[in-house]
Amino acid sequence: MSSEGATGSGRPAAPALRRTPLYEAHVAAGAKLVDFAGWEMPVQYTGVIDEHRAVRTRAGLFDVSHMGEFTISGPGALDFVQGLTPNDVAKLVPGRIHYSALLTREGTFIDDVLVYRLGEQEFMLVVNAANIAPDFAWISSLPRPAGVVLEDRSDRFALLALQGPRALAILQPLTASALSPIKYYGFVHGEVASKPALISRTGYTGEDGFELYVAPQDALEIWRALMKAGEAEGLVPAGLGARDTLRLEAGMALYGHEIDRTTTPWDARLDWIVKLEKGDFIGRQALLDARTRGASRQLVGFEVESRGIARQGCGIVAGGEAVGTVTSGTWSPTFEKAIGMAYVPAASAEAGTEIEIDVRGKPVMARTRLLPFYKRSR
Amino acid sequence: MYPDDYRYTTEHEWVRVEDDLAVVGVTDFAQKELGEVVFVELPQVGHVYDAGDEIGTIESVKAVAEIFTPLAGEVVEINEALADDPELINEDPHVDGWLIKIRYSASSDLDSLMDAESYGEFVQQGKH
Repeated sequence: MSSEGATGSGRPAAPALRRTPLYEAHVAAGAKLVDFAGWEMPVQYTGVIDEHRAVRTRAGLFDVSHMGEFTISGPGALDFVQGLTPNDVAKLVPGRIHYSALLTREGTFIDDVLVYRLGEQEFMLVVNAANIAPDFAWISSLPRPAGVVLEDRSDRFALLALQGPRALAILQPLTASALSPIKYYGFVHGEVASKPALISRTGYTGEDGFELYVAPQDALEIWRALMKAGEAEGLVPAGLGARDTLRLEAGMALYGHEIDRTTTPWDARLDWIVKLEKGDFIGRQALLDARTRGASRQLVGFEVESRGIARQGCGIVAGGEAVGTVTSGTWSPTFEKAIGMAYVPAASAEAGTEIEIDVRGKPVMARTRLLPFYKRSR
Repeated sequence: MYPDDYRYTTEHEWVRVEDDLAVVGVTDFAQKELGEVVFVELPQVGHVYDAGDEIGTIESVKAVAEIFTPLAGEVVEINEALADDPELINEDPHVDGWLIKIRYSASSDLDSLMDAESYGEFVQQGKH
C-alpha cells in the first residue's frame, strides 16, 4: 500500500515543527498530529467523519492557533487598509468583520483575510498560517503613512474555534458577554472562563459558532473549560481533517486550492468581496481589465456520479483534452458521496453540466452544481 | 496485534496462506494511517498479476492508497462485502476486511515477506 493524503499522509511530524499552546491537550485527547504549514497540528482525534458530523449536529472545538494576526492602527489606518484590500472598509463599523483579500497588482490572491475593525483607526487582519511571512513582507513593502503602525501579533494569540448548532449554548455559561446579540461576522471583547478574549461570531464550517482570540498562556485553561462545559452537549475536539471537509461542503475557498497567485476574485466567484466603486485599491485596475476581457474559467462545485474521489490536481477532460483542474475534492460525510470544487471553462460552468475527471488515469463522471453544497437552516 | 500465522510486506499488506490460495489484506497499521475508509476498488476475479502489481485502491476521506499484490497469481475471489461496507477495513482489517484471494503461482514470493514479529518491529521503527 502506498498512500498520498491531502493534509499530510499521517507521517509522524518532524521535531522542528512549531506547537500551539494546546499541543498538550491534543496529545491527551489522542490526536493524530501532522505537519501543517510548519505546525504540528491535530488532523483528527477519533476520525474525520465523526468529528464532521459532531460539528453539523452538535459542536466541535478546533485549535486554529496557527493562523496569523496583524494589527494596523493609528491615524490613517482606515485609508491604508482601504487601499490594501478590495472590500469596503469604510462600511465596516467597529465591532464588525468582513471577508477580504490581499491582492497583487495583477488582481490575484496573495491571501484571503478576515478584517476586524477594532476601532475607528484600528484593524486586525487574520491571515493563513502558511502566508504569515509573505503577507507581512508584502504589507511592510507598501508606502505607509507615518502614523500607521503595522504589527505581526500572531505569537500573542491562540485561536479556538467552537463550531456547531450547540456552540452558543456551550459558550454562554462561560462568559458574561451576551452572545445572542452578536451578529454573524460581529465580535465583542469579553472574558471566557475568567480570561480575556475577543469573541467573534465567525467560522469556517458553515455552522453557527464562535472564534476566540485569547492569550497563549490562557488557551489550555479555556480549552479545558469549554470541553467540560460542552460535555453534556456532545462537544468533541475536531481536527483539520474535519475543518477541510466542513469548509468544502460550505463552498468556502482555501488558499492554495481555490485561490492563489494565479486566480482573481472573479475566477473564484468572490465578486462580492470586490467593491470597485469604493475608490482605488491594489489590484483594482487589473480586475477592471479582467472584467472587460470576460472570465475564461470559473470555479464550480461538482458531485461525482461514478465511483471514486476526485482530489486536488485531477484534470477535467473534454474531448480528450485537459480543460480544467480540481482544486479540492473529498468524500462528503453529510451527503455520503464524493464532492469537490474545480476550475472549468466558462462554457461548462453552468450547474448541471456533465464533466469528466481524470482520476489517476481513470475517467470519472461528475456533474457541476451550485455552491455551497451545504447551507445550514437558520 | 499482528497475527502470527500471517506474512507481511513493507507496504503494509498481509498475506494468509490457505494451501494453494492466499488471502491478502491491509494491516491494522495501514488502516489507522488511512483513517475512515469510504471506497474500495478491487480487481476482477480471473485477472492474473505479477508480484508487486497494483490491484486496486483504498480511499479514505483524506487519502488514497494503492494496493499491491505481494504474490503473483490469479485472483479467485474478492471481498464483495467491501462494496457496501468499506469500513470493515477499519473495524477488522485482519479478518473481515480482507481484500482478495489469489491462487499464487510461485511460493518463492512468500520468502521475501516478514513474519509478525519482524513486521511489528518494522512498524515501530517507521514511527520515529
